[in-house]
Amino acid sequence: MSRPVSNPRHGSMRNLLSIADLGPDVAAGIDEVMTLTDSFVEVSERTIPKVPALRGRTVVSLFFEDSTRTRLSFETAAKRLSADTMNFSVSTSSVKKGESLRDTIETIEAMGVDAIVVRHASAGVPRQVAQWASSAVINAGDGWHEHPTQALLDCYTIRQRFGDVAGKRIAIVGDIRHSRVARSNVAAFTALGADVTLVAPPTLLPPSLEGWPVKISTDIDAVLPTVDVCYLLRMQRERMTEALIPSIREYSNRFGLNEKRAELLPDHALIMHPGPMNRGVEIDAAVADHPNTVIVDQVRNGVAVRMAVLFLLLGSGTTWGGEADV
Amino acid sequence: MAERERRLTPPYGGVFVARTRVMSADDMQRATKRMAHEIIERNQGLDDVVVIGLQTGGVPLAARLCEALELIDGSEVPLGCLDVAFYRDDIGLRPVLPETVTDIPCDLDGRTVVLVDDVLFTGRTIRAALDALSDYGRARAVQLAVMVDRGHRELPIRPDFVGKNLPTRRDEAVDVTADGVDLGEMVK
Amino acid sequence: MSEQLNATDRKATVSESVGWIITGGLVVDRTGERIADVAVRPDGTIAAVGTALDLKALGLANAPVIDAAGCVVAPGFVDIHTHLREPGREEAETIETGSRAAALGGYTAIVAMPNTEPTIDSVAVVRQVLDAGIAAGLCDVRSSGSITIGREGDALSPMAELAAAGVRIFTDDGCGVQDDRLMRRALEYASGLPESVVLAQHCEVEALSHGGHMHEGEWSSRLGIPGIPAEAEELMVFRDIALSRLTGMAVHFQHLSTAGAVALVRDAKARGLNVTAEATPHHFTLTHAEVASYDPVFKVNPPLRSAEDVAAVKAGLADGTIDAIATDHAPHTADVKEAPFDHAPCGMLGLETALALGITELVEPGVLTMTEFMAKMSWNPAAIARIDDIHGRTIEAEAPAHLVIFDPALEWTVDPAALASKSDNTPYAGRVVRGKVRYTLLCGVPTVFDGEAQR
Repeated sequence: MSRPVSNPRHGSMRNLLSIADLGPDVAAGIDEVMTLTDSFVEVSERTIPKVPALRGRTVVSLFFEDSTRTRLSFETAAKRLSADTMNFSVSTSSVKKGESLRDTIETIEAMGVDAIVVRHASAGVPRQVAQWASSAVINAGDGWHEHPTQALLDCYTIRQRFGDVAGKRIAIVGDIRHSRVARSNVAAFTALGADVTLVAPPTLLPPSLEGWPVKISTDIDAVLPTVDVCYLLRMQRERMTEALIPSIREYSNRFGLNEKRAELLPDHALIMHPGPMNRGVEIDAAVADHPNTVIVDQVRNGVAVRMAVLFLLLGSGTTWGGEADV
Repeated sequence: MAERERRLTPPYGGVFVARTRVMSADDMQRATKRMAHEIIERNQGLDDVVVIGLQTGGVPLAARLCEALELIDGSEVPLGCLDVAFYRDDIGLRPVLPETVTDIPCDLDGRTVVLVDDVLFTGRTIRAALDALSDYGRARAVQLAVMVDRGHRELPIRPDFVGKNLPTRRDEAVDVTADGVDLGEMVK
Repeated sequence: MSEQLNATDRKATVSESVGWIITGGLVVDRTGERIADVAVRPDGTIAAVGTALDLKALGLANAPVIDAAGCVVAPGFVDIHTHLREPGREEAETIETGSRAAALGGYTAIVAMPNTEPTIDSVAVVRQVLDAGIAAGLCDVRSSGSITIGREGDALSPMAELAAAGVRIFTDDGCGVQDDRLMRRALEYASGLPESVVLAQHCEVEALSHGGHMHEGEWSSRLGIPGIPAEAEELMVFRDIALSRLTGMAVHFQHLSTAGAVALVRDAKARGLNVTAEATPHHFTLTHAEVASYDPVFKVNPPLRSAEDVAAVKAGLADGTIDAIATDHAPHTADVKEAPFDHAPCGMLGLETALALGITELVEPGVLTMTEFMAKMSWNPAAIARIDDIHGRTIEAEAPAHLVIFDPALEWTVDPAALASKSDNTPYAGRVVRGKVRYTLLCGVPTVFDGEAQR
């Protein structure tokens, strides 16, 4: 017998599962986060970078996949909002003992939590969790699907430098096929009116790009002089064994941002990367330390963006892009 | 009435309907000038005084108060603005979102902060503001200047400088704009 | 003698029966459609079919009447693709619960797939399945046998022994036989068996499908779920058509799901090759867009395909390329389906919804006539399973009364909890469909009476 679904909500902004979930007007939803993030950037710059906004709320990190960076960023965000944090990581959990995903969620819920931050190697898990949980669910990366807070922090970083994302020409370079960052960023950048070009060998593009409002190129040297942002994705070495690329060396030669290529970029163009970087593979060490490289800003903004997301879901009493629900 | 108050006072998102004008623009200007004199007198000058307006209704008043202080004393007074959304005690009970980004112009350690708001009502916003200020340093003193004190305090908070004491009913609303102060009701 | 169930075996259990008179229904069989009464003798055979039957002369004056006005009376359905899970996974389904679901779906015969634990690759397991089917007494349960030992694709199963025990369909269903040479040998060997048998293929080239969990295309790309290209199915269909031509042996293609596969089979049939094909209700009803919910109830193999593929499957059903509708009824317990999409097992329930989906998706829109639909539910699959001497027969005197009586207009809403299957994994929860079984007669004995299973 199947248990009844405890949470009948659909599309309500009590969850952040994907960029498309930001509401009928995705751009307005992103703008709301951006505006609120400004306030949290101010909070983060103070001597005491902490506000009591989410006192008494509990945020649990449910990470089925190792990701120290994202987990720390969310936990820092929660702590700066005075929320209590719990950490449920798979290596210490009963999931390894064969507990079902649903049982895990119901156990966590029984402890009384307000938000569950989910990272899982399988696409769609946050959506499944949201169906079973009554607390807010935030997708911290699911398989190849989405990583919405990464896209939000990337939008914020571009906005911080350029004032706006609309009209910017953005190249996303690398392993699009296996990248949740790319899927969220394509959705967010295009919703905000950016002009996105995917640069990758066909083996690293999704099998179908139907419904993706993007351009495609395999010639990075032709694309770089035209862009405002060059967004590099992490290249994983195991792609080589899956016959997606002949070798890391060939990939790096064709698509890596080396010093010579970086010179093709306009002077104002930003170089972004979701981290962790493979220096010498998708980005040369020298380029990683280039003044236009904003990777450190991305990480810093990540905390403020995640504070904004947590506050919108748990504290604001508003639904994103909609009427107040209290 | 500040947009914040408008949004937070039941019925939420209502429209203010004025009934009586209780202060004209001239009255407000005179009150501002008087409060400036009182601030200078109380603090024996303006050394280490910082004026901070509360978002959003207190911000234009703080600016005008600052002008008045500088006109009288001739010295420059740092002016800031403070949004207390993240410090409110009704988070989770009603919609709470900051109006703008807080801007505190200097370290508050050892400073005298004059908090400025348009209407003093329950005192809860001021309580939140005091909490917020403490995260920016340990001020020597915090003083409170309001254009209208309408009573009905729910916390032990008392203004130091008042433009006008205005007895009201709880269900009435007070609207402060550049044109003057009106008493009326919120209508859904 | 084999352990097959036939009209004679059934006699013992129907001794109390006084026969049945089925009146006023639209009788549909391979000879066509007509309004007629059907008189069933207590021994489970049909006494007469026609109007104004002389019941006294037939000795059935006291037989109770089943009013079939407005209903279709057809030969019982035959599902050549049922996963009964027993032995090995009885928590998901047993032969008894699966038989009950089958009876409620209008089936009088089902062929159990061999991917049990242990695999049906020995006479002992075949007997266990057949015995449990007889004990349940709700349906004529037949067993398939695997082509290779353990369905591992390495060594041939004892096909002659299995055929002697009653197996007529050999398949490694769940996976296809990957090794071209082994498949050729299996076909050649089977062609020399004394019984007429067929090798049924689950067409999937694993080198191409490996790691995939849904149809590769627009939705897999958007959802970030690794895809299975249509070509993984089509390459094996192509190979097996070639091997059928090479060996002259009959090949049956299971659950065709792609436009390319349908086209290959159509072409092979046009060239007179000995091939048959089936399609499942979900492959003519659902598309890969359903996976957007990430609900593993929509995970199935072959995966739900594109709208173009669904249209091609319907066209294949309409023009006869696809001979049969088979359910690929694949029960799974809630706990294994409440897993991440890429961890969940493939499969969905089908027995209790196939009729209604066929009516709603094929007959009502005019893809198939009712008679054509019945052919694909009953006598065509009976022929593929080599049981058309008993099932799917013309409704006439002396034929065994394996009958289904259903109301094609009765509207109902699919409720997973109300299904007789031990599992709930139907992808149609909440769907409003038309067409429901009122009575199923197995050898004249109602296994379903007025919509209720009788045991």
